[in-house]
Amino acid sequence: MIAILLSVYATAYLCAALRERGRRGWGWLRIASTLAGAGVGVVALAPPLAAWAVHDLRGHMVQHLLLGMFAPLGLVLGAPGTLLLRTLNVGAARRVTKILRSRVVGVITHPATAVTVDVGALYLLFLTPLYAALHTRHALHDFVLLHFLLAGSLLAWAILRPDPSPHRPTFAVRTGALIVAIAAHSSLAKIMYAYGWPRGTHHSLEEIRAAAQIMYYGGDAAELLLAIALFAGWYRARGRAARRSRAGGQPMASGIPGAPLRVRA
Amino acid sequence: MAGPEGSLDPSRSFWSAFMIGVGIMAGVDTIIFHQLLGWHHFYDRATPAMGLASDGILHAVELVVIVAGFFLLADVRRRNAFTPTRAWAGFFLGAGGFQLFDGLVNHKVLRLHQIRYGVDLLPYDVAWNVSALMLLGVGAVLLKRARGRERSRASTT
Repeated sequence: MIAILLSVYATAYLCAALRERGRRGWGWLRIASTLAGAGVGVVALAPPLAAWAVHDLRGHMVQHLLLGMFAPLGLVLGAPGTLLLRTLNVGAARRVTKILRSRVVGVITHPATAVTVDVGALYLLFLTPLYAALHTRHALHDFVLLHFLLAGSLLAWAILRPDPSPHRPTFAVRTGALIVAIAAHSSLAKIMYAYGWPRGTHHSLEEIRAAAQIMYYGGDAAELLLAIALFAGWYRARGRAARRSRAGGQPMASGIPGAPLRVRA
Repeated sequence: MAGPEGSLDPSRSFWSAFMIGVGIMAGVDTIIFHQLLGWHHFYDRATPAMGLASDGILHAVELVVIVAGFFLLADVRRRNAFTPTRAWAGFFLGAGGFQLFDGLVNHKVLRLHQIRYGVDLLPYDVAWNVSALMLLGVGAVLLKRARGRERSRASTT
């Protein structure tokens, strides 16, 4: 189900992006990152991995990492919102912009909300009987996988902001949210390792500990990529600001100590 | 040395390299002592719950700090505002500062983990913290030299 959703999304994105290339242009890197993100998501749901994940916590953890952390990063770096606004006609684009401006969207896409919804749900899943319940209820299992993908994408988007966003928090707030997300994720992995969660399942302690280590180190890799994407955005924005101020004959803002970090990334 | 953008930025050169120093020392700690030697453990039974949470925060800061350091340094270089001696001073002070912090706060105060298990810890602790002081010493000497150079440059211009 989710794999079909991802395939449809990737196809639609590709069609819109290729059309945009013929008009105002659209970068290959964005296309590649979207296809890679969708591809990673589909791999996470492919039969061999899905079958492993059903009975083995390590398999489930690999699924969580791919679907909830790596795939979202690729999808978000594709700047889907920008492509959508460019593809829609003027009237529809205005309506979408109006929705984006609303306070509700501002609250939902705030990094604090995103961290809570994404990492908070992992605490709920692994430190309560919820995980044990997944084995008997298939609909719940599918819902959890969909939540990984959507909440992970929300978090990556809330931090990276690749699209025009009226409620864009400062760079410091987004960096702080990233630190909190990494801290919460790696602490959860150690809590699971130390106290043997999730309990009430058939998983042995060795299996839980191996899964917790996959979660810790795999999460590190994904978060390192997220941090690189965040600071690369800052670096590019500084370069643009410097070129603008040179073109305008103004002294570079970066010459003033303390001011540089305020540049919007 | 000063490029078309004009002024050097010793402070940003220092702090960007300081962040890289902290991040690299943390990385060396993870790779050598945890993975290669297997002296440290992923989790130490004696670690209190509070220790786990603070360990998580520290880990997150380390990860972000090394990435931030590299991009800040790249930015100072792009502006032609980079001062190498200041940067090396920052690197050694960052690396030594992290090592000392790890040796005193993480190992002794928070008791997150020890350097090695099943051995007399004292020589290990001494070696660990003395190496930290040596790194800090190198950093301090470089910082003094960098400051001297900046003063003489300021007085000649």
